[in-house]
Amino acid sequence: MTKFIDLTLSGISDGAIYAAVALSLVLIWRATRIVNFAQGAMLMITTFIAYAVISSGASYVVGFVVALLSGLLLGAVIERVLIRRVEDAPPLNAVIVTLGLYTLLVAVAGMIWGNTPKSFPAAFSLQGYKVGGTRLLFTPNDTFIVLVVIGVALGLAVLFRFTTLGLQMRAAAFRPEVARLLGVRVGRMFTLGWAFAALAGSVAGVLVAPSVFLGPNSFDPILIGGFVAAVLGGLDSPPGAVVGGLVLGVALSYVAGYEGSSLVPLAGLLILVAVLMVRPTGMFSATKERRV
Amino acid sequence: MNAVLGIARRHTLVRSLGLLAAGAIVLLLITSAISDYNNLQLAYGAYYFAALAGLTMLAGVSGQISLGHGALMAVGAYTVCLLIGNEGWALIPALVASVLVAAAVGVPLGAAASRLRGPYLAGATLAFAVGLPALADRFPATFGGENGLVINPPTPPASLGANFSLEHWEAWIACAGALLVMFVLYNLIHSGSGRSLRAVRDDEIAAAVCGLSVGRMQAAAFVVSAGCAGLGGGLLAVVAQLATPGAFPLSLSLALLVGVVLGGLGSLVGAIWGAALLVLLPNWTNDLAHSFSLSEKVSANLPLAIYGVVLIGAMLMWPSGIQGGVRALTAWARGARSRRSLPGEPPRPPEAAHDPPAAR
Amino acid sequence: MLVVEELTTDYGAVRALDNASFQVQEGTITAVLGANGAGKTTLLRTISGLVRPTCGKVHLDGESITRMPVEDIVRRGLAHVPEGRGVIGELTVAENLRLGGLFRHHEAMPLEEIYELFPRLEERRTQPASRLSGGERQMLSIGRALASRPRALLLDEPSLGLAPLLVAQIMGLIRKLADTLGLAVVLVEQNARSALSIADRGVVLNLGHVVADQAPAELAADERLRRAYLGF
Repeated sequence: MTKFIDLTLSGISDGAIYAAVALSLVLIWRATRIVNFAQGAMLMITTFIAYAVISSGASYVVGFVVALLSGLLLGAVIERVLIRRVEDAPPLNAVIVTLGLYTLLVAVAGMIWGNTPKSFPAAFSLQGYKVGGTRLLFTPNDTFIVLVVIGVALGLAVLFRFTTLGLQMRAAAFRPEVARLLGVRVGRMFTLGWAFAALAGSVAGVLVAPSVFLGPNSFDPILIGGFVAAVLGGLDSPPGAVVGGLVLGVALSYVAGYEGSSLVPLAGLLILVAVLMVRPTGMFSATKERRV
Repeated sequence: MNAVLGIARRHTLVRSLGLLAAGAIVLLLITSAISDYNNLQLAYGAYYFAALAGLTMLAGVSGQISLGHGALMAVGAYTVCLLIGNEGWALIPALVASVLVAAAVGVPLGAAASRLRGPYLAGATLAFAVGLPALADRFPATFGGENGLVINPPTPPASLGANFSLEHWEAWIACAGALLVMFVLYNLIHSGSGRSLRAVRDDEIAAAVCGLSVGRMQAAAFVVSAGCAGLGGGLLAVVAQLATPGAFPLSLSLALLVGVVLGGLGSLVGAIWGAALLVLLPNWTNDLAHSFSLSEKVSANLPLAIYGVVLIGAMLMWPSGIQGGVRALTAWARGARSRRSLPGEPPRPPEAAHDPPAAR
Repeated sequence: MLVVEELTTDYGAVRALDNASFQVQEGTITAVLGANGAGKTTLLRTISGLVRPTCGKVHLDGESITRMPVEDIVRRGLAHVPEGRGVIGELTVAENLRLGGLFRHHEAMPLEEIYELFPRLEERRTQPASRLSGGERQMLSIGRALASRPRALLLDEPSLGLAPLLVAQIMGLIRKLADTLGLAVVLVEQNARSALSIADRGVVLNLGHVVADQAPAELAADERLRRAYLGF
């Protein structure tokens, strides 16, 4: 029984990370109709920057904030400089550009910080809670992870639903040409979309770094998990991203716990295919399947 | 002579047979003239071509993205190793089996693909690419776990003489496979089925209204491209004499996609460019890294950085790939003016190989 | 006042608009008519800045808006209701209307006034715009355009897909708005008859050229012109 609880709780914690990455992918998809294969590498870079800041003596909080700010900046710069050029091109062009960016960022990280994984501090204790007589695997740090991700998701939801800026961003994402006719500076909205998406990604990076250790390729499985979660939830649904992330995290946790971790990728595939067979555009997607 | 050319112009099969013969002769001459090292590189390029050609047909002519073709190559490679190594099969039957087994795996994938669009298909094939190699760890007895399976190198037949090197023979085998794939796909692309696939790619609803069974065509295209990837993997196993999970990481599937896009979607000639790039680019970047004496950290990562810059730069500067660039150059040289699509029209998918003028 | 001077627009090798010139006074409606492909939509898209002209000028109340970015033109008081209405289905009715007035800040028409003009929109204000009927969407797109208190209003085929009774209502509404708000209206229509019934001026386009620029009565009287370009 303890095992089940442990697996469920750690699944929720993993799921929160997938949810954050999925959220960033969904934001970018909604804004610019591009799948950002470089997302994992981008959050890797911002986490490295936080690492550099913390290593030079600053506190964890400062490092965290630096990661968020560099995420905003990195997302904005990448959209403005690179992605803007392929937004109107066939979708595969953007795929190649993001893959190229991924390769470049991984290489640059290796050049600056080397390829040996480094350890990254956690915000809170990594010792599991004690309930009754048993010690769970779920730690205060895990609680922090879940709360922060929920906070970020809610913050973004408030931004999009209730602010003028959010209204403009949604208009630019749904009908860019109409939005232009209404005076919305669509290009700037796309840049902001990428900036906020990168922010969500940076959060995931800093939160998960203590457990995966920080290296140029450490975040690849996180990107894949986030991608599967985003597809599961429906690429145009931010709430779907969060739910998809949590569901995936818990499901994979059970698979790892009861069947062994080598089956996890395949289990992810099966879950993905099962959901997509029933709802080809994801669980929460608003777009209907085109039936011919 | 004119009569023959006339027939060739009108009949795809005749034309493709002619191209096949010409290609075989050219390759025969090339392989005899170059060194063993280069023959090996040619063999690498040939098996990449087999997988790339199938993928470019899928992405360009049928309009479906797959991020899982690396895993399909793995299926072909493991099939060959199991059959030759464990069951003692001969070379050709084993390669045929690699095509069939990969195509069989492609059936459920293709069925899924026909129901999924764009990034959802990318996601599913991505999960497949990552999940399949993990099977090797799950069933280590059959698949050899991390170390994979090993087979003996293919021996050149005695009739070719004692001096016929292994690399030369491997180049022949791989090139034969590549020529076969080229022949089959050329005929497919320029046939009625090819036109139907393009119709489905451009507008599914219109195609369905015209009576084309959209789902079946897309699934069939996927199966064919899976078979090609399987052959590519089988050839890889023959040339490398092994199949391991490490030889088919996610980055292989991504590299295949890159090769297809850089070469030009839907273009078989572009697949040749793509294959050349996949073989030569890592070599060039490595050489470049070594010629400057840089710190360990930098030189180890330099090839990767250059690769990334090339990908980004090539996409920003030549959006229709190398073959698109070549086509644009020839059009410019002929003084033709390019027509841009009218606003309000949906964005056109990238140009695929049309019924050809001379240059293919 | 909206002035279009020798406006020419090319799409690659195709000349969609050729030396088009006309004027629209405040408080008047100019109907732009012609067959499919005559260049009517291109004309509107060039005026509002979605498309760059090859040469020619556009002036709004004396100020040149040629080659200005769309976003700036729109903020200067020109509203363009595109073909198909351009309603953003994923947003609610209220959100669509808010977007219209966003950049005019205090000068924007308050939502209450718009609801007075279009009571049906108030009923549906929290519903996603995708749930509206064709006629309601037309009202929403016009209401949204009015929210920015424009000086000039471009309408691209507002009658498309609407039942005749609704068409008559919409046309009546446009006439009333032009009169009461002093708008300079450019009305692109394939339904030449209904457009001419409310217009002060009729401009006929064919293959990008202006072939006629007359009062509606004269256009209707010219049988050859009517049959050749207007279809009735």
